[in-house]
Amino acid sequence: MPSEGQAPFIRIEGVTKDFGKFTAVKNVSLDIFKGEMFALLGGSGCGKTTLLRMLAGFEAPTSGRIFIDGQDMTGVPPYERPVNMMFQSYALFPHMSVEGNVGYGLKHEKVTAKERTDRVRQMLDLVQLTPLAGRKPHQLSGGQRQRVALARALAKQPKLLLLDEPLGALDKKLREHTQFEIMSIQERTGITFVVVTHDQEEAMTLANRIAVMDHGEIRQIGAPTDVYEFPNSRFVAGFIGSINMFEGEVTKNGAGLTISVPTLGGDITVSSDAAAVGDKVTVAVRPEKIVISRDRPEAVNAISGVVRDLGYFGKDSLYRVSLATGALVSVNSVNISRGGTAKTADWEDKVWLSFDPSAAILLKD
Amino acid sequence: MNRRPVFLISCLCFGFAFFYIPILSLIIFSFNRSRLVTVWGGFSTQWYGKLFQNDQIIKAAVLSLEIAVVSATLATILGTMAGITLARFRRFKGRVVFSGMVTAPLVMPEVITGISSLMLFILMAEWIGWPGSRGFTTVTIAHTTFSMAYVAVIVQSRLASMDAAIEEAAMDLGARPWRVLTDVTLPVIAPAILAGWLLAFTISLDDVVITNFTTGPGATTLPILIWSKVKLGVTPDINALATIIISIVGVGVVMAGIIMHRAEARRERDIQMAIAAGQ
Repeated sequence: MPSEGQAPFIRIEGVTKDFGKFTAVKNVSLDIFKGEMFALLGGSGCGKTTLLRMLAGFEAPTSGRIFIDGQDMTGVPPYERPVNMMFQSYALFPHMSVEGNVGYGLKHEKVTAKERTDRVRQMLDLVQLTPLAGRKPHQLSGGQRQRVALARALAKQPKLLLLDEPLGALDKKLREHTQFEIMSIQERTGITFVVVTHDQEEAMTLANRIAVMDHGEIRQIGAPTDVYEFPNSRFVAGFIGSINMFEGEVTKNGAGLTISVPTLGGDITVSSDAAAVGDKVTVAVRPEKIVISRDRPEAVNAISGVVRDLGYFGKDSLYRVSLATGALVSVNSVNISRGGTAKTADWEDKVWLSFDPSAAILLKD
Repeated sequence: MNRRPVFLISCLCFGFAFFYIPILSLIIFSFNRSRLVTVWGGFSTQWYGKLFQNDQIIKAAVLSLEIAVVSATLATILGTMAGITLARFRRFKGRVVFSGMVTAPLVMPEVITGISSLMLFILMAEWIGWPGSRGFTTVTIAHTTFSMAYVAVIVQSRLASMDAAIEEAAMDLGARPWRVLTDVTLPVIAPAILAGWLLAFTISLDDVVITNFTTGPGATTLPILIWSKVKLGVTPDINALATIIISIVGVGVVMAGIIMHRAEARRERDIQMAIAAGQ
């Protein structure tokens, strides 16, 4: 686990990458610690893959420097870096067997043939592919290929493992299984992992720290709970999970902030003192933090509305409630009791929405 | 009974007849006893015997094969290099010009390629005294230059469809660029390289025009020999020669078909196995 006092294992210092006129990565600085499972999260074209490729050595930064384990990586080609990568397409060598693929990296090390076979066997055991050692990649299923790619990248015992959308090509069931497999392998080997993904769920479950990227810049770095519960901007709040956002103006500061929000048709109290009276702010509330009820609740923040849409997912339901002002609020409610009668509200029902002052997020952009 | 199958089948028969009646008649007349090509004089294999006693034809056939093997090999080496350069080095000075020049021989009329090669050889002989005479070497060089374009195009298109991440993966695992080429790139594109070689070999083997321009006395290839013999009238031994070539091609096509069919069947089985093995 990382500790801030420790010297960073990877230090990215003011790295910028231009492709002609397009800037893929803009002045990114980032520290990653030993043994971390770090995720670079962002939409397509946000620069996350470019950053990963610079760590691997396939792209050179236009400016800035990258240190891995204290060593400046400027001018170090990919084949001399203590880094291995698992490619999004897996990039298995089609003409080599599973064994040949996994052992390929060891051919470039001073390792005896016996040591190599031992290490390959060990890796195949790790990913449970020993019975398929002689197969060619085209004789494997998607999940098996993914595990070969992982074993191949781990075989050289790199200091750093890069994973480019590791679960992207797998179906939903397999994803969950593989996700936990990757986590357990990371724990057993203690290798530092950097994962690139566009899938926020994947990032949240895999990583212990996430960097959210947008347009080549890092918008926020933090633990999954930090970026989810304490986003620092409208972008991060909106990118991770779903959220209701309302613009307003601070009218009173004392025992929390009182914010006048025209779209909610009144004042909202938020437990924060990070803004001054007169500031234009955004109040953001996650759908699952809003309580929906038929009767007026005893709450500081309570608004009435009508159910416009209702999505039943089994374990929970998603309500879209329209307010008198015309604004739509999403509410997620866990279905605690069984049966149709347990439904809190139905289409066109008049309902009350409420949330705690501490449940609302104050955003200043 | 609907009429469409009848119509379609007659079209098919007509098409096959158009293709194969000339070939069939050629094969039949190669067993003709008579010296006159168009008059059937009874069955005989004498022309095959005559053919193998004809040193001129055997020599021409051997020369053609030699030229085809050497020029196809050279063209494959150069064409593969050009193809890799075009597919993998996206930006370098003069890329567009290089790309155009590599593929130009594909669309250039053979007469022009032939005459320009000839002029080059004459000028070179004048300036540097080489090549002193035209023959095996000059024909091979001319064949190499234009069949190289075919190899380059085949290799380039194979590389374009190959996942570049495979090469990056090799580099990531510690392979230096040269090892990446020999361990990964070349084995993966080997079928394309082989196809390029075969195409270059075939093109060289039956080329008449360029060979005609660049060859000299004493270096007569099989197509040139046949061409010059036919000018004096088709003789039955040419029929025999053509029959032998057709049988070689026929056997080759059938064998390739069988090999491909087997590979396809094996691939299907492998896929079934992978699915059965499940996750």
